[in-house]
Amino acid sequence: MDKIAEFRTIIENPYSYLQKIKDESGKKVIGYVCSYAPEELIYAAGALPVRLFGSDSIIHRADLHLQSYCCSLVRGILEEALSGRLDLLDGMVFPHTCDSIQRLSDVWRLNLLKSFHADVVLPVKLNTPSAKRYLIDVLNKFKTDLERWLNKEITDEDLTRAVKTYNAIRSLMTRLYRLRCENPQVISGQDFHTLIRAAMIVERNHFLEALTAITADLEKIAPDKKLSGAKRLVLTGGICNHPNVYDAIEDAGGVVAGDDLCTGSRYFEGAIDDHLPPLDAIAERYTKRAVCPAKHSGLTSRGENLVRTPHAFDYPYLKEMLDREKIPSLLLEMEEQTQAGGQLQTRLETFIQIL
Amino acid sequence: MNNENSDFLKTLGIYLFGQAKKFSLRFKKAPTMKELMIVYYSEAKSAKLTGKKVAWITSGGPVEPLIAMDVIPVYPENHGAMIGASKMGAGLCEKAEAMGYSSDLCSYARSDISCATINGGPIGGLPRPDMLVCCNNICGTVLKWYEVQARYFNVPLFILDTPFCHTGYSEDTARYVRTQIDEYIKFIEEICKKKYDFEKLRQVGLLSYEAQKLWQAVLDTAAHRPAPMSAFDAFFHLALIVTLRGTKEAVQYYQNLLAKMKDRVARGIGVVPDEKYRLLWDNIPIWPRTRWLSEKFASHNACLVADTYTSAWCGTLKYINEENFLDSMAEAYTRIYLNIGVDEMAKTVIEMIDKYKADGLVLHSNRSCKPYSFGQLDIQRIVEKERGIPSLMIEADMVDDRSFSESQISTRIDAFMEIIKERKKDKG
Ligand code: SF4
Ligand code: SF4
Repeated sequence: MDKIAEFRTIIENPYSYLQKIKDESGKKVIGYVCSYAPEELIYAAGALPVRLFGSDSIIHRADLHLQSYCCSLVRGILEEALSGRLDLLDGMVFPHTCDSIQRLSDVWRLNLLKSFHADVVLPVKLNTPSAKRYLIDVLNKFKTDLERWLNKEITDEDLTRAVKTYNAIRSLMTRLYRLRCENPQVISGQDFHTLIRAAMIVERNHFLEALTAITADLEKIAPDKKLSGAKRLVLTGGICNHPNVYDAIEDAGGVVAGDDLCTGSRYFEGAIDDHLPPLDAIAERYTKRAVCPAKHSGLTSRGENLVRTPHAFDYPYLKEMLDREKIPSLLLEMEEQTQAGGQLQTRLETFIQIL
Repeated sequence: MNNENSDFLKTLGIYLFGQAKKFSLRFKKAPTMKELMIVYYSEAKSAKLTGKKVAWITSGGPVEPLIAMDVIPVYPENHGAMIGASKMGAGLCEKAEAMGYSSDLCSYARSDISCATINGGPIGGLPRPDMLVCCNNICGTVLKWYEVQARYFNVPLFILDTPFCHTGYSEDTARYVRTQIDEYIKFIEEICKKKYDFEKLRQVGLLSYEAQKLWQAVLDTAAHRPAPMSAFDAFFHLALIVTLRGTKEAVQYYQNLLAKMKDRVARGIGVVPDEKYRLLWDNIPIWPRTRWLSEKFASHNACLVADTYTSAWCGTLKYINEENFLDSMAEAYTRIYLNIGVDEMAKTVIEMIDKYKADGLVLHSNRSCKPYSFGQLDIQRIVEKERGIPSLMIEADMVDDRSFSESQISTRIDAFMEIIKERKKDKG
């Protein structure tokens, strides 16, 4: 797919792409660490929100701040920052998700402070009216912080425009996602993953244009693709930054037909209602989309939805639910730096054979 | 039927034993921790018999609203500490791992979860809860942990969400937490099926405030040279301020303890013979090794005079308005030590170093507890810069003994003490 090639280059080297955007447009670039960051507000403010992933490099600078038992994603992000590779960022946003990210924000504030540093301390429960009210308060405060920093007002029109762009991207991604679920041959897992990553980096209007064309192309060719006998798997968990896994699964004779990853469908599922006041609508989407393992919304909501694997605490009960439904599952514990080596391959192959 | 019968008899036994103990304590001026704990756990374990409700609650959670309604609060974390201290942690953690819980998870949670399935551990498991109260002012881990237990026991769960205070306390947070206190009270009302008793809460609030003040005063006695008690003693005496603050028993216990410590100060008795060096401890104790560590430091004439852990249960006194406990508890519970930014934690550590005149800092880098341990390296650096005192970081786990390497830690403590001695010599 030619149209995806551009994005492959970008996600291989996001920093030079971002530098170029800054040089050309003077846009401010704001980093964030989790899909609970209210990107739409950043975008409405005229800045470019960019999601940070871990690091491919060996971690040594981060060792001075975070012990080795800290999650590799968090250590990796810090390593990237300490190495100076993230100097091009103008600001950082830390949504409150887990204990590690919470401390990452502190470490950042003390060692790498940018001109803009925001903690968006979202509620941990998403199912009560007072939590929702607080969520809106938090979004409002974030908006004010952005306005103060940029010295400009973010109007409702700005917000609505941003919401529309995001809705359009999310709905196209959902269409692609469905297409792929029905017919995994249409686009390889690796390419699909490339698009998801690009959606979190590339200037959104440009991305939307390209995505519109790509989706149209794929929808055209879809009917000609035959269903293969590949085994359909569902990936689930927190963050999955391993395009290798998609390859490994496909090599092993399977195909990823669905996921609930924070870097997958959880990122683009759910539209923002553009008839409601924008902040209320954004809050509404948070409370409705599939709940992140680090949040709470009822006791079984993570189990009723689909086939899932961990947040580590959820694994045993999800496994039990799956076993009850006679759905086989496989637990892969992966660190950022894990390579999809022989062992992973073998485990996948064995698993897929028994399906 | 047979099983039920024997269960009943067992509970009755526990109940009678506890009541007898309670009665005997009436005639004692200063009941011991052990006696109080026996009464407490026997009342909790025989709650089914007496018709009282039992709530499991996180260590940083607001317990006063429960006590005011005669609900018995039970602390899985305190239980976890007991499991650790009785060296049963490794076994129970292994069991949890076999159940599918990753060894990366907090070992309090792992040992509690596996303990619940077999009623194992040092006291044969905790009594079944009627409700769960989870306050995330200590970590996000408890949220997942309590979800697990709420599913397991199939009981209602109340989450008190205390947003993290990276740099201060916002109005939005204040309003949100205050509203949830009302929701909490409603939750208790519904489960207890009776009207909430606000007058009783006012009294419990006063007692809680009093106990926290006394606890702080007890810890403060260690500012004297030689220190009449060490952090290791504080780890022991802590149990009541965690589990029973808001009761007369706790107030009385700490009054007695304070008198004892003051007496030691007056007579110049130190807990470490020939105390020469004073150290500050950071993080949760390494429960299975407290004794070994205490002896190890004492062999160098070093006393751990204070710690950030036990002082967390009186660290927010400044936010409490004893005349208006209900309203002020929101802030007090939200701004506790683990729910604030690393810079504010470092500030607290420095204040303690000054207050207790510490010569060095010992940090337990605790695999289990991420919010407590991440940021320690920065605290270490800030302290070294601001106060120029040496520090030592020990990697271990509060419950799971498998990650404790005795010989290595012993060597490192020796080397650290050499540095402290040199520095002191230089200073004269
Ligand atoms: S939620 Fe898990 S994977 Fe994500 S940053 Fe936190 S610890 Fe790491
Ligand atoms: S992670 Fe830390 S604060 Fe949380 S329950 Fe475990 S020991 Fe306590």
